[in-house]
Amino acid sequence: MSSFDYPTYPYRPAPEQLGETAPTSPVIVIGAGPVGLTIAIDLGQRGIPVILLDDDDTVSHGSRAICWSKRTLEIVDRLRLAEPLVERGINWRVGRVFRNDREVYRFDLLPEAGHKLPAFINLQQYHVEQALIEATPETVDLRFRHKVVAICQDADRVELTVETPDGRYTTKARYVVAADGAHSTTRAALGLSFEGRVFDERFLIADVKMKADFPTERWFWFDPPFHRGGSTLLHRQADDIWRIDFQLGPDADPQSERRPDRVLPRLKAMLGPKAEFDLEWVSIYTFRCRRMRRFRHGRIFFAGDSAHQVSPFGARGGNGGIQDVDNLAWKLAAVLGGQASDRLLDSYDDERVPATDENILNSTRSTDFITPKTATSRAFRDAVLSLAEDAPFARALVNSGRLSTPHSYADSPLSTPDSDAFTGGPPPGAPCPDAPITGPDGVSAWLLNQLGGDFALLVFEADPVDTDLRQVRIGGTGGWTDPEGLAAGRYDLRPGTCYLIRPDQHVAARWRYADGATVRRALHRARAAEHSTIETAPMEAR
Amino acid sequence: MVTLNLAPNIPDPDGFYERLIEAHRGLSDADSALLNARLILLLANQIGDRAILDAALEKAASLPIER
Ligand SMILES: Cc1cc2nc3c(=O)[nH]c(=O)nc-3n(C[C@H](O)[C@H](O)[C@H](O)COP(=O)(O)OP(=O)(O)OC[C@H]3O[C@@H](n4cnc5c(N)ncnc54)[C@H](O)[C@@H]3O)c2cc1C
Repeated sequence: MSSFDYPTYPYRPAPEQLGETAPTSPVIVIGAGPVGLTIAIDLGQRGIPVILLDDDDTVSHGSRAICWSKRTLEIVDRLRLAEPLVERGINWRVGRVFRNDREVYRFDLLPEAGHKLPAFINLQQYHVEQALIEATPETVDLRFRHKVVAICQDADRVELTVETPDGRYTTKARYVVAADGAHSTTRAALGLSFEGRVFDERFLIADVKMKADFPTERWFWFDPPFHRGGSTLLHRQADDIWRIDFQLGPDADPQSERRPDRVLPRLKAMLGPKAEFDLEWVSIYTFRCRRMRRFRHGRIFFAGDSAHQVSPFGARGGNGGIQDVDNLAWKLAAVLGGQASDRLLDSYDDERVPATDENILNSTRSTDFITPKTATSRAFRDAVLSLAEDAPFARALVNSGRLSTPHSYADSPLSTPDSDAFTGGPPPGAPCPDAPITGPDGVSAWLLNQLGGDFALLVFEADPVDTDLRQVRIGGTGGWTDPEGLAAGRYDLRPGTCYLIRPDQHVAARWRYADGATVRRALHRARAAEHSTIETAPMEAR
Repeated sequence: MVTLNLAPNIPDPDGFYERLIEAHRGLSDADSALLNARLILLLANQIGDRAILDAALEKAASLPIER
């Protein structure tokens, strides 16, 4: 049924199976989905050897994630891998919501210019995974058909039992990232569970290949004439493939509903009797909004679907997972490289648990709006929709999915709270906004690309600060220029303003003026250094 | 803390009450529920103050349910 040519990646026995004694690896990542691949590449690019184990020999089966957010693209761009994805993907930012056959609400996710990356691209998960697999650096030992079947840890290391076509072997690592998906073997092996809600509502996904002239927008219908009583989503993917998602209700039979004789009439009712299309993929799903209580368990870190699940409305699953590992990779690298102590790794929970709660909150609210559980809840939903057409206030209440936005680590122990006055710009914990800048030689660049993947200082119209950190200076002699004033506006820059930026491009601290000692204090805090070592043991990123 | 205005504030209370009941005449329970929901949303937007709305929600929910 699928027009996608699934690659097959060969199984190869591991050195451990050939009788070689393998040293304890710094990091083993379990699961080569989008999340596991991203952290393996991030660590690998930082020069850390990684073993990446996957139980399969190809990319994601069938149709799953399609929408990748600007923040995800910025993370992948930090790894210098975003451009081919953006080129291949469908770039979109406008969503329309219809009730019956009339538009009730429209949103624009990136109404301003001056950002390198688009608000969203749509690209099939298998394309994303394939691109990431092809981009894994030499430092990543990617092993297909190596399935983790048992896992245990002591104070110093984690031991994994891995099953392959040639039998089992064991291997050890200092740290393990469990990116092994919703049915995580690791989670089960540790006897850990999820907390949250499971929804009964069933949805039908039909991906179809067709030439159609719908605009490149997200279209969502409540109670459309072609699918009375339910909702429907239409979204474009690469290669002339369209995602169509029908709400079926809690009583739908998952076996019969996926049969072509049930699916095709639904599609014809929607697309018209003359529409020509091929079915690419059909599946029925229900969903959950839940997470593990904590994501760090000793030397094992859960990331992506293994740690949390959300409903697809809002595209927060894969995007949230990639933000998990964006947060974790630099911390693991700092600990393994000796620039920080193991304490830094506790901040993964401090930062990603609230981020997950924000994703779950948004995704639960959307789900409750789309699938009201009681007559009263339905009455309010219908009241909102019926008012929305001529009462603008009600449009803000229409919720067909609040699309993934990056979390700001507001209460992070790694952040130094503001002591100077700012009226705008990203506060400590927030992700850095992008802006176009120009080099002394007139060459155009993007601010986020200049910030890079290590600690850096952003300094505005001032001399370099006395520190070994990389400095991105805007204005002043030898600095970048800010031709449209967008950097100055987005960061609330004034002469002397200085931001300390983390390796994941979130703000650690900012000042109206900073000297080397001030920056060093904030840097220690951002690396979770013990208080007593702050003044005595300066460690600089290199 | 905001305090809800629980003192009489609606001019011609009998007239308003009649109008409210009148609006529901002949409606099924489901249609009445929709009408009420629209009314609540319109009035909530008119008030536009989360503290007052929260206080009203709390007050309404705090009274015993009796029929
Ligand atoms: C219908 C639908 C639509 C969605 N739409 C979006 C969207 O638009 N945007 C978005 O961001 N997200 C979306 N999602 C969610 C997204 O697909 C997931 O969040 C994402 O796949 C999670 O990635 P992951 O790497 O954590 O896990 P997975 O993609 O599940 O990868 C886990 C990997 O681990 C491997 N594995 C499992 N067990 C073992 C083991 N024991 N040993 C070795 N390997 C193992 C698996 O083979 C797999 O390769 C959608 C999901 C669905 C179902």
